[in-house]
Amino acid sequence: MITIEDLNRIKEKTLANINLRQQEQKEIIDDKKDMDAHPTHVLVCGGTGCHSSDGDKIRELLAEKVKEKGLDKDVKVVLTGCFGLCEAGPNIVIYPEGIFYSHVKLEDVDEIVEEHFQKGHVVKRLLFKESYVDGAIKPVNEVNFYKKQTRIALRNCGLINPEDIDEYIALDGYQALAKVVTEMTQQEVIDLVKASNLRGRGGAGFPTGKKWETAFKYPADQKYVICNADEGDPGAFMDRSILEGDPHSVLEAMAICGYAIGADQGYIYVRAEYPIAVHRLEIAIEQAKEKGVLGKNIFGSDFNFDIELRLGAGAFVCGEGTALMESIEGKRGMPRTKIHRTAHKGLWGKPTIINNVETFANIPVIFQRGVDWFKSIGTKDSPGTKVFALGGKIKNTGLIEIPMGVTLRDIIFDIGGGIPDNKKFKAIQTGGPSGGCIPEEYLDTPVDFESLAELGSIMGSGGMVVMDEDNCMVDIARFFLDFTVEESCGKCVPCREGTKRMLEILERITEGEGAPEDIETLESLSETITTASLCGLGQTAANPVVSTLKYFRDEYEAHVNEKRCPGGTCQSLLEYFITEDCIGCTKCARNCPVSCISGKVKERHVIDTEKCIKCGTCMEVCPTGAVIKK
Amino acid sequence: MEFTFDWEENKEKVKDFKIFMRENKGKKGALMAVLHEAQDKFGYLPKEIQELISKELRIPLSEIYGVATFYSQFSLVPKGEYKIGVCLGTACYVKGAQDILDKVEEELGITVGQTTPDRKFSLSATRCLGACGLAPVLVVNEDVYGRLKAEDVEEILNKYR
Repeated sequence: MITIEDLNRIKEKTLANINLRQQEQKEIIDDKKDMDAHPTHVLVCGGTGCHSSDGDKIRELLAEKVKEKGLDKDVKVVLTGCFGLCEAGPNIVIYPEGIFYSHVKLEDVDEIVEEHFQKGHVVKRLLFKESYVDGAIKPVNEVNFYKKQTRIALRNCGLINPEDIDEYIALDGYQALAKVVTEMTQQEVIDLVKASNLRGRGGAGFPTGKKWETAFKYPADQKYVICNADEGDPGAFMDRSILEGDPHSVLEAMAICGYAIGADQGYIYVRAEYPIAVHRLEIAIEQAKEKGVLGKNIFGSDFNFDIELRLGAGAFVCGEGTALMESIEGKRGMPRTKIHRTAHKGLWGKPTIINNVETFANIPVIFQRGVDWFKSIGTKDSPGTKVFALGGKIKNTGLIEIPMGVTLRDIIFDIGGGIPDNKKFKAIQTGGPSGGCIPEEYLDTPVDFESLAELGSIMGSGGMVVMDEDNCMVDIARFFLDFTVEESCGKCVPCREGTKRMLEILERITEGEGAPEDIETLESLSETITTASLCGLGQTAANPVVSTLKYFRDEYEAHVNEKRCPGGTCQSLLEYFITEDCIGCTKCARNCPVSCISGKVKERHVIDTEKCIKCGTCMEVCPTGAVIKK
Repeated sequence: MEFTFDWEENKEKVKDFKIFMRENKGKKGALMAVLHEAQDKFGYLPKEIQELISKELRIPLSEIYGVATFYSQFSLVPKGEYKIGVCLGTACYVKGAQDILDKVEEELGITVGQTTPDRKFSLSATRCLGACGLAPVLVVNEDVYGRLKAEDVEEILNKYR
């Protein structure tokens, strides 16, 4: 059994080792002066993005080389969770200076060890481009991408080793749980969560405290806590990063929830597509049980709590609460008819709290730092922060955490760095397949649960995919419907049949076979599916179509009436064309697989659009960029 | 294509699998875990194994079939030695994942959900892998290839041929 004194002892001991990572570095590092040997921590990102581009091998090699050179007394190589700036990966940050190396390759390891660790010179060519301007080196926390963020849910990601519980404890981990089980009553815990006005980060924004109170009020011989880690929205990966980078914060929060509602069993339902997250969770649960922060008589109280992992098997609909519960019960993951709230009758018919990963990650820190602190961040109705996954046509793809109420424009152009290749912004898609596309004119909207809903989109889990002028909005709507059709569980007719019909129409339109009445049919189907579907998947399935119709109706009309795709994406509607820039090199004509290009040497060539199969070869081979599609 | 399950060849695996089932039998909602184990062990869920599960866990075969066909991670046909997944998440899609998928299909001569006759490659279009920073992305078993262009596909496949 662990006591609070034990916890504090571990905290002190470990903190002494890792606090050099926490020193605020404001000054510019003077690279003219050689650095003396001093305790150094090399943090290597172990998130999925960096892991996929050799991050893990780089860490191993670094550790090996450091040892080989006899530097392992001073230099410690640490694996951490996601840094967030996936675009620049694999990433390495070196503390206490906060030196940020990006796009590191295996070949660079020798140079880092010899130049940086042995001789004390910063390897400038590997510095993240923004942290090395005009000969001055900026520490990582001064880089624009990080400077604008407020990290609460991601507070430990990229700072601690997720496979070492002591490092979590060093940064106040499990203090909240200790306080809760030894000093507070169940009602007090619930009141505090209610007062914080924390809202569910999984998408719908339901007040967390209110949910907990419902489960607390219903007496039952058994209650359950579930962590929904079935993050299925394409383009969203914040839950994965939290599980990979800071799994203990979720375990601690689940135990707090268990205490509050009177449950002794928790389940984490995690996607099987996230092997690293599963692996780190297994380690975390084992370490927590070993330490005694999970198990029987936690902190000497009579509170018992155990957590079990359950793996999903690739069904998007299982992110829906009741479908997820069916799946844990070992059945087909189909949503239930909601006669009762799951807080009343959930898993195996017992009162169950199901919260999203990010929601849980916010809980311990609210207990540590208080309700007033939490409410001072964000907006009045949506306090706190939200983690967003930035993807698509944007320079800094990755994960960001910002206070609620920041505008979309700041997210895209400031933190995200804008659109690459000088292309024009067209729309931002939020909320995945249940969300919608927001055009340029609404970019100054402050982001919170209500404002996005007003625009016909949703916050969702926080995926944001940016689209530029080359993306066709009809095709994007078709893409999402294709997803929904595939993932519809088939239980209710409006969703099963309705989404299929909508997809057929959208396919017709993108193939140039659209009829004028198709747009109206789409609108009427949207209304029916939204009103009559059983679960959230169906009720929001039409959102991508409704929102694109609202803001980009002209694109639909161009497809239907003029048989033209303004985004230049829909193959069947495109025609390749050679402009006056043609120098008559004959390269296109020689490479055309159907020989439909004619023209004399040094004269402008012409494409026979009747014969053209639109393969795009001519465009690829043209040395002057004279071939365009329109 | 018909694939038959070879009991003799899988004798050891079946033995281990039976032990796994017995250990998990008492757990609530054990079917999912058992199916995961079977999928990992045998590479797919042959009818013979489903019947075995039915007997051991006392769950009707029809129900097991229902669950096995509901989830995309479970497969009723064997997967290839190299499982190729092309991510069709939004971030990958807007960055041209469809072109990558088309190219893989063309190279291997199979479509999504199929396995090459020599059981070397199987192809699936996966949901978001969460590696959106590397879009578009393709995975071969555990190896992830990111920031792809269609012309990279052939070289990647050649590594495994």
